[in-house]
Amino acid sequence: MKPLLELTDYKVSYGGIKAVKGIDLAVNEGELVCLIGANGAGKTTTLKAICGLIKTAGGRALYQGENITGARSFELVRRGLAMVPEGRGIFGQLTIEENLAMGAYTRRDYGAIKTDTEQVFELFPRLRERRKQPAGTLSGGEQQMLAMGRAILSKPKLLLLDEPSMGLAPLMVKKVFETVRAISAQGVTILLIEQNAKLALQISSRGYVMESGAITLSGQASQLLDNPKVREAYLGEQAA
Amino acid sequence: MEIFLQQIINGLTLGSVYALVALGYTMVYGIIGLINFAHGEVVMVGAMIALSVVQALIGAQLGLPPGLVILVGLAVAMPICMGIAYTAERVAYRPLRSAPRLAPLITAIGVSIVLQNLAMIIWGRNYLNFPDIIKPSPIEFGGAFITDVQILIIGVAALIMAGLLLVVHKTRLGMAMRATAQNQQVAGLMGIDINTVISAAFLIGAALAAVAGVLVTLYYGIAHYHMGFILGLKAFTAAVLGGIGNLGGAMLGGVLLGIIEALGAGYIGDLTGGFLGSHYQDVFAFAVLIIVLVFRPSGLLGERVGDRA
Ligand SMILES: Nc1ncnc2c1ncn2[C@@H]1O[C@H](COP(=O)(O)OP(=O)(O)OP(=O)(O)O)[C@@H](O)[C@H]1O
Ligand SMILES: [Mg+2]
Repeated sequence: MKPLLELTDYKVSYGGIKAVKGIDLAVNEGELVCLIGANGAGKTTTLKAICGLIKTAGGRALYQGENITGARSFELVRRGLAMVPEGRGIFGQLTIEENLAMGAYTRRDYGAIKTDTEQVFELFPRLRERRKQPAGTLSGGEQQMLAMGRAILSKPKLLLLDEPSMGLAPLMVKKVFETVRAISAQGVTILLIEQNAKLALQISSRGYVMESGAITLSGQASQLLDNPKVREAYLGEQAA
Repeated sequence: MEIFLQQIINGLTLGSVYALVALGYTMVYGIIGLINFAHGEVVMVGAMIALSVVQALIGAQLGLPPGLVILVGLAVAMPICMGIAYTAERVAYRPLRSAPRLAPLITAIGVSIVLQNLAMIIWGRNYLNFPDIIKPSPIEFGGAFITDVQILIIGVAALIMAGLLLVVHKTRLGMAMRATAQNQQVAGLMGIDINTVISAAFLIGAALAAVAGVLVTLYYGIAHYHMGFILGLKAFTAAVLGGIGNLGGAMLGGVLLGIIEALGAGYIGDLTGGFLGSHYQDVFAFAVLIIVLVFRPSGLLGERVGDRA
């Protein structure tokens, strides 16, 4: 298996503040990998830098074997690297349909876009009901559905998800994780950031734990689930 | 009553021009949050170039029909206006995109001064006159008169605005523009090259400005190097009145401002007992600007600030 995404000694700073302090991370083709960690650990920063939304301060990011440090986000999307940002990034004044169409912006296979849009509507019937309405009128959970649907429509090779379950009620959280698993089952490689460490590790094959800008633990998801440190710090359980 | 109707017609004509220019302000503002104060000068350049071409063609006595002569003038002016706007964005505004807002604003004023002075060097300080090729023929209309030139101005402006709405709401580029206006970062994450979208907004705005320049010259019969300043300021007022950043708002604001101004000019003599004459009509535009800014800064159709992601 060769890595689709590979970070080596990856560093990101905000001005003088070092937010990501040289991490190594790899996601292999077809894998679902999660990156967990406390608030402010540097997870979002890592993802934004990969996507070209903020500058990299050092190290290297390879995507499909090619250096993408310094590439601009729209170019990466065209190469199959999509991200659902923290807070969803819905276009509130565009209709639901238009938001989905934005997901397919880089595609030209209009027939296939239609059937894929239908599939998204099958997956999230609420979106079909309200397809003509401004997306800003959707509830938080529905917006997350829309954000995921939009990402699916971009037909990514690698999908970066930043806390898709944030702020959602338990039932919705379950639905989100089911969807992530379903997208992964279709062969999309996924790097998932989550606060909900337990659920994230349960659907992932491998995981990384980030603390104050550094990776402190990594390994098979099942092993991390059993790791006493992880259990104590991220699963809210007392160490045995 | 005749005065009223007459002033509505005059206001509608002028308002159509304001609306075309206001659209350029509002599109750029909607996407990058910049008040492009040089936009009025682009209108002026469009008018001056078109008029020079018209004068040259008429001077050459080729016997071309007047409509064709004006179209050729526009065809020359439009790409030049677009080139100026595109270059200004690339050279003057883009490097300042992440700078504090005041920096590009001041730069826009700088670009405006440069363009005005260049025009003064090229065309001099004198008024250019539109050759006598079109004699407006008035048509009576409920006691008031509307000329064929006025009908042309209103008709062309209405067609162009309808076309613009179609582009913005029904095409891929339009959707990309609306998405970029709402959230540039996320638009980038959808694969949109926002630089292309921003350039497109400047180019479209400049094309409309060129048309407006030709129409306003046709209407007044003159053009001069400083006509862009006051026209730009009024169109900006129209954009603010309608709600800056909102296309429908720019159209509504333009037409309303034209009508307010025309009615004001028509009645100011009566209202002040002859103390102030109709040449005070500019007062109304700026009174409107002040009133809107004080009482409804978001404009008539403006979005609440919270809607902007
Ligand atoms: N724009 C910014 N300017 C300066 N510092 C920033 C900026 N954005 C984030 N930071 C800092 O960088 C560090 C990492 O933030 P980041 O958003 O990556 O954390 P996170 O792991 O995603 O946290 P959360 O789980 O709360 O989303 C934090 O200390 C944060 O305060
Ligand atoms: Mg985060």
